[in-house]
Amino acid sequence: MKIILLLLSLITIGFGLPASAAQHDDYPVSSPPLSEGIFPCSNCHAGLEVNTRKRELKDEHTSIKLRHAEQERWCLDCHNAGDRDKLKLADGENINFTESYRLCGQCHGNIYNDWKAGIHGKRIGYFKGGKRTYFLCVNCHNPHDPKFKPIKPESPPIRPEATHAR
Amino acid sequence: MLSMGAMAGLSMGSISCTRDAVEEFLQKHFREMTEEEKKQVIRRLEAKYLKKYGKEFHISTQPADTGVLWGYGLDLSRCIGCRRCVYACVKENNQSRINPQLQWIRVIRLKKGSLINLENAEHYYNPETVPEPGFMYMPVQCQQCENPPCVRVCPVKATWTERDGIVVVDYDWCIGCRYCVAACPYKGRVFNWAEPNIPSAELNTGVHYLGNRPRMKNVVEKCTFCIQRVRQGRYPACVEICPTGTRKFGNLLDPNSEIRYLIENKRVFRLKEDFNTEPKFYYFFSA
Repeated sequence: MKIILLLLSLITIGFGLPASAAQHDDYPVSSPPLSEGIFPCSNCHAGLEVNTRKRELKDEHTSIKLRHAEQERWCLDCHNAGDRDKLKLADGENINFTESYRLCGQCHGNIYNDWKAGIHGKRIGYFKGGKRTYFLCVNCHNPHDPKFKPIKPESPPIRPEATHAR
Repeated sequence: MLSMGAMAGLSMGSISCTRDAVEEFLQKHFREMTEEEKKQVIRRLEAKYLKKYGKEFHISTQPADTGVLWGYGLDLSRCIGCRRCVYACVKENNQSRINPQLQWIRVIRLKKGSLINLENAEHYYNPETVPEPGFMYMPVQCQQCENPPCVRVCPVKATWTERDGIVVVDYDWCIGCRYCVAACPYKGRVFNWAEPNIPSAELNTGVHYLGNRPRMKNVVEKCTFCIQRVRQGRYPACVEICPTGTRKFGNLLDPNSEIRYLIENKRVFRLKEDFNTEPKFYYFFSA
């Protein structure tokens, strides 16, 4: 039965894919927070020549300021020049944006393990008997600048003496 | 004990003699009600809420599942003290917004390095942004103790531990003596000093009898792990709102649950363990 399923899934996702792709667990992840109208990337990139030089982007994607080991890497370490609508793992495997946790997990192994167990990150909906959603890493962390920014807290409770004057 | 007749007479004389008022006065303790009696009470309450708030409520009495003991995990290395949980809880559980202001979650701020010094905790902190350097934050709510002092002191048994470990209050049985408020070492219980005050539009109408149904003046209330949600298999509201994924929830009896994983793999402690209250609320450090 499993073999049939494996074959079926291989047929549906295309023959060229390495068999390892089917071994990974599926998680009910939320949609990646892609800016509106930006996907599929190939819409624009199909007609563009690939420039593999690390450089400052001046025409497009100017809002992206890479603050994520920026000395060590740049766009095409994670984004895929060969297939613009996919991400790229270090071993060359192409993955969908909905599987980006595997990309993050390459470096952040402990966090990845915690995420898979539901300890890092957030799950919402039904934990039993209904639809659940696991947040992707990128739903909370901007992949280009992952550190959390300080936020404004909600108001503190009202002090009792403010409503009950002595 | 007063005889039934005497109680009914009292009701007729001093309050009012509508049928609902009599039924309300004669209402049994929740745990002694038959299924039919529960249905009757729910019908009466739904009618009462419709009249009072102009909204149709659906009051559940869904009992605890077997093989379930709820546990909660809170990651102190992730909490930033933003209080999103406090207000999500207020909204989900129909707490009075102002005069009186009731909140089931209290986020305390502690100086880094003096975590155990709760005497110096501050819960009125209000900076421009959180987290603040040098501080950490610790949300405190009902710890759903296995050995709850609040339950032990209640003179009328209006509060008890459900089979799935949730400590609940029957608001119709509570006499407002506040012994439980005094007994709780976590400040997990709050009291309606005045008639609760909630804008009708903001009422959550999906409620549980032992949880977030609207309360009245002079009763005590507390966190129930969102009993109305978790018994349906949904995460509590505070878990869902948290922007940093600090809050974890699950079945302590299920070896594959998130809560079991964190207890087995992370550094965990329970608040004021020395009181022997046996909380089912686990603070942990993931990093």
